[in-house]
Amino acid sequence: MNRRRDARIGILFASPWIIGFLVFLAYPVVASFVYSFTDFSILRPPRLIGLENYSELVRDEVFYKSLVNTLVYTLGAVPLSTVVAIALALLLNTKVRGMAFYRTIFFLPSLVPMVALGTLFLWVFNGDYGILNDLLRRIHITAPNWLGDPAWAKSTLIMIAAWGCGQAMIIYLAGLQDVPIALYEAAEIDGAKTWAKTRCVTLPMISPVILFNVVMGIIGSLQVFAVPYVMFPGGAPARSTYFYTSYLFDNAILYQRMGFASAMGWVMFIITLLLTLLSLKLSERHVHYEAG
Amino acid sequence: MEIENSTIQSLPPKRRPVAVVALTHIVLVALSLLFALPLLWMLSTAIKPITETMTSPPVWIPSKFLWGNFPAAVTYGSKELGYIPFLVYARNTLIVTVLSVGGAVISNSIVAYSFARIKWPGRDLFFGVTLATMMIPFPVLLVPTFALFKWMGWVGTFRPLWVPAFFGSAFSIFLLRQFFKTIPMELSEAAKLDGCSEFQIFMDVVAPLAKPALAVVALFTFMGSWNDFMGPLIYLVDQSTFTLSLGLQAYQTQHGGTPWNLLMAATLMVILPVIVVFFFAQKVFIQGIATSGIK
Repeated sequence: MNRRRDARIGILFASPWIIGFLVFLAYPVVASFVYSFTDFSILRPPRLIGLENYSELVRDEVFYKSLVNTLVYTLGAVPLSTVVAIALALLLNTKVRGMAFYRTIFFLPSLVPMVALGTLFLWVFNGDYGILNDLLRRIHITAPNWLGDPAWAKSTLIMIAAWGCGQAMIIYLAGLQDVPIALYEAAEIDGAKTWAKTRCVTLPMISPVILFNVVMGIIGSLQVFAVPYVMFPGGAPARSTYFYTSYLFDNAILYQRMGFASAMGWVMFIITLLLTLLSLKLSERHVHYEAG
Repeated sequence: MEIENSTIQSLPPKRRPVAVVALTHIVLVALSLLFALPLLWMLSTAIKPITETMTSPPVWIPSKFLWGNFPAAVTYGSKELGYIPFLVYARNTLIVTVLSVGGAVISNSIVAYSFARIKWPGRDLFFGVTLATMMIPFPVLLVPTFALFKWMGWVGTFRPLWVPAFFGSAFSIFLLRQFFKTIPMELSEAAKLDGCSEFQIFMDVVAPLAKPALAVVALFTFMGSWNDFMGPLIYLVDQSTFTLSLGLQAYQTQHGGTPWNLLMAATLMVILPVIVVFFFAQKVFIQGIATSGIK
């Protein structure tokens, strides 16, 4: 009888999430799939139009533009943030004095809200009075037109992403501190120097953490929206910062093409899944899991 | 997953060459400067006179500290038609944030308790599904969620921004469940023998022991809510209901020529509460993030 009672109470306790899961996740995922085959706006109820949204999608240049922008951004932001975050974590893990101070400094940027990031970096990258160009001038480098040149605008966003890598850094640091000291000692007996220890002990041991952060980074980067929305209205210059989510948002809310936006959502879902699976597959041979 | 303590566990460190330690410090100081630079630059701009924002090379230390820039930023544009005081945005953000944090702490803890400490059929399968939902990109859900709230007549209100918090979030449930599992079951069994109901065990035995984990969930929800941009952008229509995120964005675009010193003062005011909260809860915060990457 206890078991029945447990089941009843268990489900009762879990019921907020059961409802939340059904209403805010399961239903929208299914509904957006159904909507993707309809013509639908706030004014018009959904009307089935078969595969029309998808066939329009494959012919839509803006769709490709936004998709390529997003993939390029992801390809820049994820590796750069990963390298920066691991490098910072390795440095912090050397256990020098003042580690808590440095850790705080590196972490603080990741606390800055997206919109504030946008306004702040509009000013940092400002062509005339921005601090970055001033620093570059001092070392006699002609600064590019960060915000106005299509070739550079995306890279400013990638740099901002790397600046805010503090959360990943903390996760790496926790992973580094879990690496058993005995492994380093064994490596030293074998005559390994710092770099060899890093490459042959540290990195393999934290590889599951790297995989976790990279997958989360990919999922996040594919959804990049707020910072470019604030910094580059309309995806300026020349749509070089018009991202997938920007286009999806504009379709859903601005143009009221909700069926089309739903089709875009599902394509994004599939791309995310494929990239995640690809990361898992590619990492198979490199990620090392401790037994047990 | 104690960050500081694990330093202590390490074997007596071998004496590292002074040069290596010095080099590490130099690199760390240089990188700290690089990371702190944008924030210092924001602070410097926020308290300088407007004329000093337009000099090349830039002035780092303002000739006089204009703390008045902060009130000036808050009331900037007050003579314009349809002026919305900045403080209204702050109040709106506070309403949404407080409701979200309250909802998240209540619902996630009770749901996580069920996943961690009560047996029911399908529980583990459902937990697996719950974890998998963290991979769903938000834009996929955008249209149906919007249509749903539109149908309920909630567009233009705060409700789409805080009501979902009362129905749990996968990440918080996961975090709390992991923590609840570390609390010995014997405590629950003893309480049960004393005649406590499951809800009493949750409230009086487990929840008090889980305060740090609850604090992590409260903090993450606070951050998420305070930072949220797309949600308010979708659901808030009238400018008097805008949150700080939207307000700051409007502030930057609408006035066109918002002076940089005032814009940076406003930006600083949006960031400051997050940083203050971080400093008060630093330890809990860092542990929470560290744990999220593990298994």
